[in-house]
Amino acid sequence: MTSPLLNVDHLRFHWNRSEAPCIDIEHFEVAAGERIFVHGPSGSGKSTLLGLLGGVLVADRGTVQVTIDHVSIGLGQLSSAARDRFRVDHIGFIFQQFNLISYLSVLDNVLLPCRFSARRQQRAGTNVRAEAQRLLHALDLAPALMARPVTQLSVGQQQRVAAARALIGRPEVVIADEPTSALDAERQDRFLDLLLQECAASNASLLFVSHDRRLAPHFTREVALHDLNRVASIAEEATI
Amino acid sequence: MKHLLRLALASAWNRRATLGLTVMAIALSVTMLLGVERARIAAREGFAQSVSGTDLVVGARTSPVQLMLYAVFRLGEATNNVRWSSFEAVAANPAVAWAVPLSLGDSHRGFAVLGTSTSYFEHFRYGYRKPLAFSAGRAFSGTIDSVFEAVIGAEVAQSLGYGLGRRITLSHGAGGAGLPEHADKPFTVVGILAPTGTPVDRTVHISLQAIEAIHLDWQAGAPIAGFAIPAEYVRKFDLTPKTITAMLVGLKSRGAVFKVQRSVNEFAGEPLLAVLPGVALDQLWQVVGVAERTLLAVSAMIVVVGLAGMVAVVLASLNERRRELAILRSVGAGPRQIATLLVTESVVMTFLGAALGILALALVGLLAGPWIEATFSMALKVWVGSAGEWILLGYVMLAGVVAGGIPAWRACRLALADGLTPKL
Repeated sequence: MTSPLLNVDHLRFHWNRSEAPCIDIEHFEVAAGERIFVHGPSGSGKSTLLGLLGGVLVADRGTVQVTIDHVSIGLGQLSSAARDRFRVDHIGFIFQQFNLISYLSVLDNVLLPCRFSARRQQRAGTNVRAEAQRLLHALDLAPALMARPVTQLSVGQQQRVAAARALIGRPEVVIADEPTSALDAERQDRFLDLLLQECAASNASLLFVSHDRRLAPHFTREVALHDLNRVASIAEEATI
Repeated sequence: MKHLLRLALASAWNRRATLGLTVMAIALSVTMLLGVERARIAAREGFAQSVSGTDLVVGARTSPVQLMLYAVFRLGEATNNVRWSSFEAVAANPAVAWAVPLSLGDSHRGFAVLGTSTSYFEHFRYGYRKPLAFSAGRAFSGTIDSVFEAVIGAEVAQSLGYGLGRRITLSHGAGGAGLPEHADKPFTVVGILAPTGTPVDRTVHISLQAIEAIHLDWQAGAPIAGFAIPAEYVRKFDLTPKTITAMLVGLKSRGAVFKVQRSVNEFAGEPLLAVLPGVALDQLWQVVGVAERTLLAVSAMIVVVGLAGMVAVVLASLNERRRELAILRSVGAGPRQIATLLVTESVVMTFLGAALGILALALVGLLAGPWIEATFSMALKVWVGSAGEWILLGYVMLAGVVAGGIPAWRACRLALADGLTPKL
């Protein structure tokens, strides 16, 4: 049996030692190529969970294990520099506020991860610019836009540029944190279709976090954070 | 590294207005810093060179500083005079190349009147051994037939609006108004000296014989009642001075200076004092050095304010860049790369600012230098001259590194959490 891409066991995390833990997960795994919809209200620890999975935060107890090319690595065992390296090489992020660099062109924004990660650059192929153009094209951005400053694009276009940036160099995991909340319903669906299609094409696992359950049918699996995180369910019960 | 540099350039270009202002601010503080330092050194050198090329200043026995004050700066009065025979004895010393007599005591509208010989214009040097030059006219003739001729300094001419041929009367004693006048023996301005930035500019020069002539019919500081000698008859009298105030002495060889100094100090005829002008001027500078120390304090404050401003500007721009750095962090830039980005930028900015400041100061030196030298007798260097300036520039660069280092250190701590949960 092959190990799942991401394997979380007995994960606990406190922001502050004196307080109760805000993440307490018995077990959670993500298989390669899986598209998971993580759902939860705001304040249920979504960002903290993403931080733990992305190696930004280190668990107090338990493990986050990543298996790539049959090699398993526990994120908690890595030095902070190694975790930085790992994050760039294997994870693509998409955020609610796209976070494009205003003074770079569309193409240069997409190419940023390749500048900082040799692995991403290598996996993007011999001609990284052509790969970036292919991704932008697949995400339905006209070639005429590519040399433009990102500030001249519409919100929907900017979000697709951010998606292309997360996907370039075929990272094993794409983490999307509420990426559609700035888009209207029609453009949400269209964006999601394109994103899922490209994740499938590069065989990336997608962890898609949102409070909007209407999006769930697009995914292979839906996880409610309050089922997963024992702290969240307790907190929720307490507020009820 | 190449990509990082390109990114840094693109980012800097994006913020070119702010960065331009920062570089200007740095350039200004560097200009001020070096300017004050240069002015300080130039003022000191200018002072030290109020008289140059003179090996000894000789006067009646007093303190060296006081002798310099009245003989060179025309400040205060001599307590005792030097007999003319003593002057002749010193001038006859085989080691002495030349001796210029100085006789002080009278004034013209607040400016000191100096009685001397024509050799004064030949031997007096100031600055880097610069001789006196005439901007108009000539030296007084020094002959018995044209006794009443005067040569005025540049400042006298300028502030009183005197030209050649102007007739002036002298007052007895130094000081302001209310002094008795030598009204019966007016002088004619025959020469105007070029500006030197030394006390010479504020002096009216006449011959020693003229000093004697205007005092022929005076006694104990007042005209002798009922007794006047008209100007046209003074040539009938012996106008050889009986006393002078001080003398400037030039030696044939500098090596003999201490020997001659000792022989003057041990002169048997009357108590005399010989001082080395450089040494005495240094002593005097200790007295008036408060000004220098003030400038030094001002320099220090400018350094602190300028550098603090620089750090503040860079720190403020970091806040502006927080989002940009967070994004870079989220797409994989490591803390070291972020730090490199920030430190490189502030070092380059500091370097540009310093270079611009040096250039600006050089421009000032080139354009206004001659005027400053003529007016204030301060020879400003055009390029970075003293070790002190290099040390100051070193501090500026160090501050540049620190100014980039603090934000870099902060950015490394902030940016990761920012980058993954980006807020505006």
